[in-house]
Amino acid sequence: MTGEAIAFYVLAAITLASGVVVVRSPNIVHSAVALIPAFLGVTGVYILLGAEFVAGIQVLIYAGAITVLILFVIMLTEGGTGLRLRQVNEQETIGAMVAGVIAALLVVGITRTGWHAGMGALPAYTPGAIGQSFLGPNLLVFEGTSIVLLVSLIGAIIIARKEE
Amino acid sequence: MPWYLELLRAIAGTILIFSGVAVVAAMFGVLLERKISAWIQSRLGPKHVGPQGLLQTIADTLKLLQKEHIVPRNADPTIFASAVLVVPLAALLDYVVIPFGTAGGGRPLIFRDLNIGVLFFAATSALVVVGILMAGWGSNNKYALLGGLRSASQMVSYEIPMGLALITVAMLAGSLSTVKIVDAQAHWWYVVEQPVAFVIFLIAATAEVNRVPFDLVEAESELVAGYFSEYTGMRFALFQLGEYGEMFAMAAMAVTLFLGGWRGPVLPPVLWFVIKLYALIFVFMWVRWTLPRFRIDQLLGFSWKVLIPVALANLVVTAYVVMIVQR
Repeated sequence: MTGEAIAFYVLAAITLASGVVVVRSPNIVHSAVALIPAFLGVTGVYILLGAEFVAGIQVLIYAGAITVLILFVIMLTEGGTGLRLRQVNEQETIGAMVAGVIAALLVVGITRTGWHAGMGALPAYTPGAIGQSFLGPNLLVFEGTSIVLLVSLIGAIIIARKEE
Repeated sequence: MPWYLELLRAIAGTILIFSGVAVVAAMFGVLLERKISAWIQSRLGPKHVGPQGLLQTIADTLKLLQKEHIVPRNADPTIFASAVLVVPLAALLDYVVIPFGTAGGGRPLIFRDLNIGVLFFAATSALVVVGILMAGWGSNNKYALLGGLRSASQMVSYEIPMGLALITVAMLAGSLSTVKIVDAQAHWWYVVEQPVAFVIFLIAATAEVNRVPFDLVEAESELVAGYFSEYTGMRFALFQLGEYGEMFAMAAMAVTLFLGGWRGPVLPPVLWFVIKLYALIFVFMWVRWTLPRFRIDQLLGFSWKVLIPVALANLVVTAYVVMIVQR
């Protein structure tokens, strides 16, 4: 087994184990904190794939900002912390079965497909290429996303300042 | 190089950074802080342990190592214990991309010259706040929780102007790699071209490391010690290590981005780096012991209403100038 494969399996184990904690923990703060190793595991996979820029953004945005905001909101919410919450309802068994079947289908599908390996070389330095594609071929999508963000920003301000 | 050698090298590098940061940043930093604060306040400061009190922090560390670990009865044991690891770890990760100087033949002394260096720095320094929030919540103490919440809002707000200052420099150098940014400052330092970004970076860095005038997180007259009120012994020392490690990392990044890194005449590059680093550390300490503390609303208002617009305007003007020069 190569070092890359070992690294992948370690990262996958970290991601999956923390993912299980996220959905199973009775304590909502534990769930939120367990998101961080899950995000960092995905970051490691990005690095293995040579997508360093995406990996950096993943840590900065997801592990650094989104998790902090989730924790922040939980801690500001009355009754959000210190309670033992059940994360499942009476449909737990059916849900688990459906999830298991989907996972099995995905595994079979991915392993049975003949993937085209080694198509072209990886770009050496990605941030420049990402910027070029944002302001070149994907300009419309990029601007559309920024409008969506602007609208949600304004919406958040309006909701927050309603009382005035 | 086979992967297990890479792994061994990474472990050796980690031990090297950890001990280096523990001795240079935390131990010497605390001593320097006490000496400079004493000088500013017309006191003598530590004087008895070793020549001129030089061994005072070593004595303090030995004392802290022997202290009992106290975990509050209602604390969350897992989060309480793991928060201690997150804060110093996130601070230590910053050092991976900092070029300390050049070895023989002009090869930069750096652990990894990542081509996303500046982004990596921003990402790892953002992880500190996770540890602070975990410590604040896990302690199950109102002062600690308040400190953690203040820290979250403060660090999320000040990451934005800091990121904008980083982007401005990266845009001028045309690279995110710290070594390439230092190389781009061969003619003049970026502090000359980008004084606004430099000032913004220093202010945001002070806020990110929770120092006066932005130390709302651990304001001792309001919150005892903020998020680490409940920590004792070596755990307390690890938080201190994380804070001082983060402060030295911020100063080292400011040196790399704005003060030409290891560049300078006559003296060897590593020495130049250390001189610039300690000059900035002195500025941080000078500010801490001469300015009063902000209120939390002033603090957040300053970031969102002053720093971010100024940093954005600076970014747009720089982008425009870079485009014109390139044409």
